[in-house]
Amino acid sequence: MSSFLSLVARDLKLALREGGAIGTALGFYLVVVAMLPLGLGPDLNLLSRIAPGVLWVAMLLSALLSVDRIFHNDHEDGTLEQLALGEMPLELVAAAKSLAHWITTGIPLALVAPLLGLMLNMEASAYLPLVLTMLIGTPAVSFVGAIGAALTLGLRRGGLLVSLLVLPLYVPALIFGISAVSAATVAGPMSFRTPLLILAAISIVSVVLAPLAAAAALRNQLE
Amino acid sequence: MLKLANPTRFMEYSGPLLRWLSVGAAVLFAVGLYMVFVTSPEDYQQGQTVKIMYIHVPAAWLAMMGYSMIAISSIGSLVWRHPLADVSAKAAAPIGAAFTALALITGSLWGKPMWGTYWQWDARMTSVLVLLFLYLGLIAIWNAIEEQSRAGRAAAILGLVGFVNVPIIKFSVDWWNTLHQGSSVMRLDGPTIHPDLLWPLLVMAVAFTLLFLALHLAAMRNEILRRRVESLRMNEVASAASGAAEVAE
Repeated sequence: MSSFLSLVARDLKLALREGGAIGTALGFYLVVVAMLPLGLGPDLNLLSRIAPGVLWVAMLLSALLSVDRIFHNDHEDGTLEQLALGEMPLELVAAAKSLAHWITTGIPLALVAPLLGLMLNMEASAYLPLVLTMLIGTPAVSFVGAIGAALTLGLRRGGLLVSLLVLPLYVPALIFGISAVSAATVAGPMSFRTPLLILAAISIVSVVLAPLAAAAALRNQLE
Repeated sequence: MLKLANPTRFMEYSGPLLRWLSVGAAVLFAVGLYMVFVTSPEDYQQGQTVKIMYIHVPAAWLAMMGYSMIAISSIGSLVWRHPLADVSAKAAAPIGAAFTALALITGSLWGKPMWGTYWQWDARMTSVLVLLFLYLGLIAIWNAIEEQSRAGRAAAILGLVGFVNVPIIKFSVDWWNTLHQGSSVMRLDGPTIHPDLLWPLLVMAVAFTLLFLALHLAAMRNEILRRRVESLRMNEVASAASGAAEVAE
């Protein structure tokens, strides 16, 4: 357990001191959300209606931007091979690195979403559900993304390929995230709890199973 | 089964099998298309456009069968690391993708007269579209990784991850929106479709399945031959290089 935590801590420290990854994801998020009103027109009613969906999709794209870096640097300088030779199972290595990605990308993106919601005139009742669904849904994004990152490790056009491999797998998280938000804002027959709990289930299953697939992919690449 | 798992044996047996499959597919297509265009009645609501169903429904079935084939082959290549399983998964991906695209295109052509629009974001169409993306991802990873055995294992992992995800995606998209009619053939209380329409559909479904199997087998044979040619070329280059080294000495 201590080696797991120290690997997470190391990745967090690297992300903080390099600074680039978090900043790039947040900047990309801001730019995508700022471009949308330019394309759709400045109608605040329309923007307010589509704000949660726009923020969720933009969040997925921003997270994808950094997903292919999860293993990249460690693969280039040989750290990953050392980790594979070490005592800690590769599954735990994959889990630790996915967790670090979630902390450095998922959480900041979820926390900055309300600020961008302000720019889109999002309804006041949507803020809390939006942040909550993003915090619950982003672990799935990071952990499933790690599979794509491991599969495309060391390929020349890896970044582009990751999006193609991983985006279809994000469909369930996106759908349940958005239905939870809209159930919370629009008075309807559906309760907020149900989609939220399913979203949580998707995240938990991804956290448990995705490292197995990611580790298998890493073994294949490192052989 | 295990005896056939040897590529040389496989080439021996698959040749005649391929011939029979192709003949069977051709005969069944002839019968099926005759039934579709001549003997089967028009639908009282849909008129002639109901004939699109005889292409659309089998294509959609095969889109799913293709992915199941890939999933089974993926287990084979991950657990037993068998080269034939790799070959099977690789050969099935483009064929499955083609049938998926066929199902989407015919569905959209059918949707225009029936629903008044080429594309609806309805649950089934959306999940088949996502299935097409999964196929494209598999094809992309086969193309991206040069070393075939490594590409095979990467594609197998992705194929299984996708296979686990397909039901979840299906469930989530159903939750999201439902317009497409429910299943009318595969039901516990018997099919709700009229027998005059059902028989041609079943014949066409079997014809399409044989076509799929024939194409799959032919693609597997091609892939094995391609790999043999590749290794022969490598040997030639290696022997030429050693010959040149001898001359230099």
